[in-house]
Amino acid sequence: MMMSASTGVVDREFHVFRGSPDENGEHVGEFKSYQIPVQPGWVVLDALLWLQAEQVSDLAIRWNCKAAKCGSCSAEVNGLPSLMCKTRLDHMPVDQPVMVRPMRTFPLIKDLVTDVSWNYEVNKKITPFTPINDDQPSWRYYQEDADRVQEFRKCIECFICQNVCHVIRHHRKFNEFAGPRFLIRLASLEMHPLDKADRLKFIKEEAGIGLCNITKCCTDRCPEEIRITDNAIIPLKERVVDRYYDPITMLLHKIGIM
Amino acid sequence: MSLNYETKTYDVLVIGAGGAGLRAAIEASSQGVSVALVTKSLLGKAHTVMAEGGMAAALGNVDSADGPNPHYKDTIRGGKYLSNWKMARIHAEEAADQVRLLEKWGAVFDRTPDGKILQRPFGGHTYRRLAHVGDRTGLELIRTLQDKGIHCGIDVHMECSMTHLLKDGDQISGAFGYWRESGRFILLNAKSVILATGGIGKAYKVTSNSWEYTADGQAMALEMGAELIDMEFLQFHPTGMVCPPSVKGILVTEAVRGEGGKLTNALGERFMKNYDPERMELSTRDIVAKAIYEENKAGRGSPNGGVFLDISHRGADYIKRKLPSMYHQFLELGDIDITKGPMEVGPTMHYTMGGVRVDPETQETTTVKGLYAAGEISGGLHGANRLGGNSLSDLIVFGRRAGLHAAERAKSMPNLPKIDEELVKKHAAQIIAPFDRVTDPNAETPYQIQADLQELMSSKVGIVREDEGLREALVELDKLSERAQNCRVDGSRAYNPGWHLSHDIHNMILTSKVVTACALQRTESRGGHTRLDFEKPDSTQWRFRNSCVSLKEDGSLNVGYYEKYQMPTEYRDLFDKEDETSFVTANGKI
Repeated sequence: MMMSASTGVVDREFHVFRGSPDENGEHVGEFKSYQIPVQPGWVVLDALLWLQAEQVSDLAIRWNCKAAKCGSCSAEVNGLPSLMCKTRLDHMPVDQPVMVRPMRTFPLIKDLVTDVSWNYEVNKKITPFTPINDDQPSWRYYQEDADRVQEFRKCIECFICQNVCHVIRHHRKFNEFAGPRFLIRLASLEMHPLDKADRLKFIKEEAGIGLCNITKCCTDRCPEEIRITDNAIIPLKERVVDRYYDPITMLLHKIGIM
Repeated sequence: MSLNYETKTYDVLVIGAGGAGLRAAIEASSQGVSVALVTKSLLGKAHTVMAEGGMAAALGNVDSADGPNPHYKDTIRGGKYLSNWKMARIHAEEAADQVRLLEKWGAVFDRTPDGKILQRPFGGHTYRRLAHVGDRTGLELIRTLQDKGIHCGIDVHMECSMTHLLKDGDQISGAFGYWRESGRFILLNAKSVILATGGIGKAYKVTSNSWEYTADGQAMALEMGAELIDMEFLQFHPTGMVCPPSVKGILVTEAVRGEGGKLTNALGERFMKNYDPERMELSTRDIVAKAIYEENKAGRGSPNGGVFLDISHRGADYIKRKLPSMYHQFLELGDIDITKGPMEVGPTMHYTMGGVRVDPETQETTTVKGLYAAGEISGGLHGANRLGGNSLSDLIVFGRRAGLHAAERAKSMPNLPKIDEELVKKHAAQIIAPFDRVTDPNAETPYQIQADLQELMSSKVGIVREDEGLREALVELDKLSERAQNCRVDGSRAYNPGWHLSHDIHNMILTSKVVTACALQRTESRGGHTRLDFEKPDSTQWRFRNSCVSLKEDGSLNVGYYEKYQMPTEYRDLFDKEDETSFVTANGKI
């Protein structure tokens, strides 16, 4: 570690994953070591953009806004899935290298960029907003009703929750589970005061909400601090239980009353 | 390297998937034509997500006196009388319905106590007019359109860059480019093409814009024979972050001032009283940005070359509810708690008022049949200065119109226009040429060229300009062009940002030349164009002229202007006789 007293610039070691996918999209590559002169206030993305401009012009990074608003630059920094644009380097120990690797749940494209297209496919399966009284020129509903939905609509689709969720990351349930991102999208629709569609069957059978066992890893890593598990997943689980597993409701359904 | 390309055919091709592009694609698709939507990024990541404060529309939910006429007047005044009156009229009349439609599509705006869409005050708007969602309105807009668009049968091509437009005779025939992931070429043959590629901010060092803002659409349109208008007018948003240096330029929403934020200088004075005593912090952006510049020039700036902006008097609960992303942005990136003390802010390059010259009703370019432009890339609506909140409404009003008219045109054409395959191969060869220079010891990577461009534009064609600096900039830009033509690219074609930049840099330099030439031509100060050597607005000549630039056959610029379209009497009568002079501020500048 070298430090310049006048500018506060510190030379720090970075281990950055560089690689390409094999035919199955598995991450094949290695960590390469780089010395980067880190300026005060820098985030991980600043350091990697410096590296790209100065030394490794073909280093693949996906980013857009560098202001934590677009959710493009998700990666794993020192093992923690994070937005590179809001991960401050001066909040990490200076005597240890900074390890940066791509999100491990998704197939690799190159270096730090992964193929997140699966998420877009999941979204397409969700019945979109279906308003109750479409013919009215304007609507009235109250901020209290908007609040619940707006929390979920803060989501910037960084897919970090999808990346940390063990159901997807370890058990690879891409075909059976929609993941936290789309459970909050489903919650935002189900809890919208003016939506009339019924997505509970989808939530149970195709979104696979039963596979979530509430470890809250998604909530822990959400950069928007959305209380994914408590405010979206658990209420949806309750609705599914009420509909499909409550003995009286089941009976009423069976005889066609509900 | 392979020059092969795949070909896809569509009725309508939309380039750019921000608010305008998505809205255009949805509208075109609803007309029953086939639509491709191409984006350099992933869907939902476009620069629109960075819009914070709101969307201006005269709903009249909070101030019932509001309506299309007041919104129209504010837009024309804010644009310093240079806006295309017809676009401003259409915008004022249609924005409210478009906002209501967004709600029908699932947008969840903040509410009034009686359950209507809430509207907040903003600079230059007479009434509380901005429909909003806290300070993340752009995200709400783009997600609403995205979630609508994916069910409309639109083919979305993500991480796909277009480098050239193509013509068949005098009409558009499609676009050519590459997939970012593989680097393979793709040709999109289409009857109508809509440009919705945004602005040019990445030609500047301090900017609120994302990496995508590399002037692709402006340069492609120019090369296709389109005209660019009003390009000297750039909006330097008065409040960007200034400290630490790595965050310099990141936007601090005008909503901070809309919610009551106060600007002070190093002496603790609310200095806006000296520039616009009536509107104070809610003056228009051009005036506030210049005021901050003046305060710093006079030695009354904050330690890092900005001024102070304080909202802490509104209390922590209110701030966290109405400005949550500002709260987090300053806490996490700047180590500052805005609920407890002031932020330091300064001007940041934010928006390109000028752009492609289009028909105000159809958004079709004036000179290339079948080529449309909507959103930030189009010129006309905002004149010399854009009011905050008028951008998001611009996107949905004119995105819809572009989509509608592009689809109608496509429906009227029996056949796809032809593609000149030889020319396509030539374009392909040109795009991969930098790989051939990988071993050339003199060739540099495009990153250094971009850094030099940003330095040049910021220092000589920035918030203030003067004759000598602008002339020097034109000479320097020619040198940068030459360097860009000889830059090198390392590595392969697979997801290679250095290679991507090697073409983007060409677009930025060409468009920067247009900005500089227009700035040199306009010998007055007005809105987002300030000349140190012509400090006042010129009410005899330039007040009535819009700059207009096209490309000559030899690649040089044809720089000129046209006489502003005259507003019909019925609309002119809305304004006071001495309206222009009434908006001259205390120090004599518009």
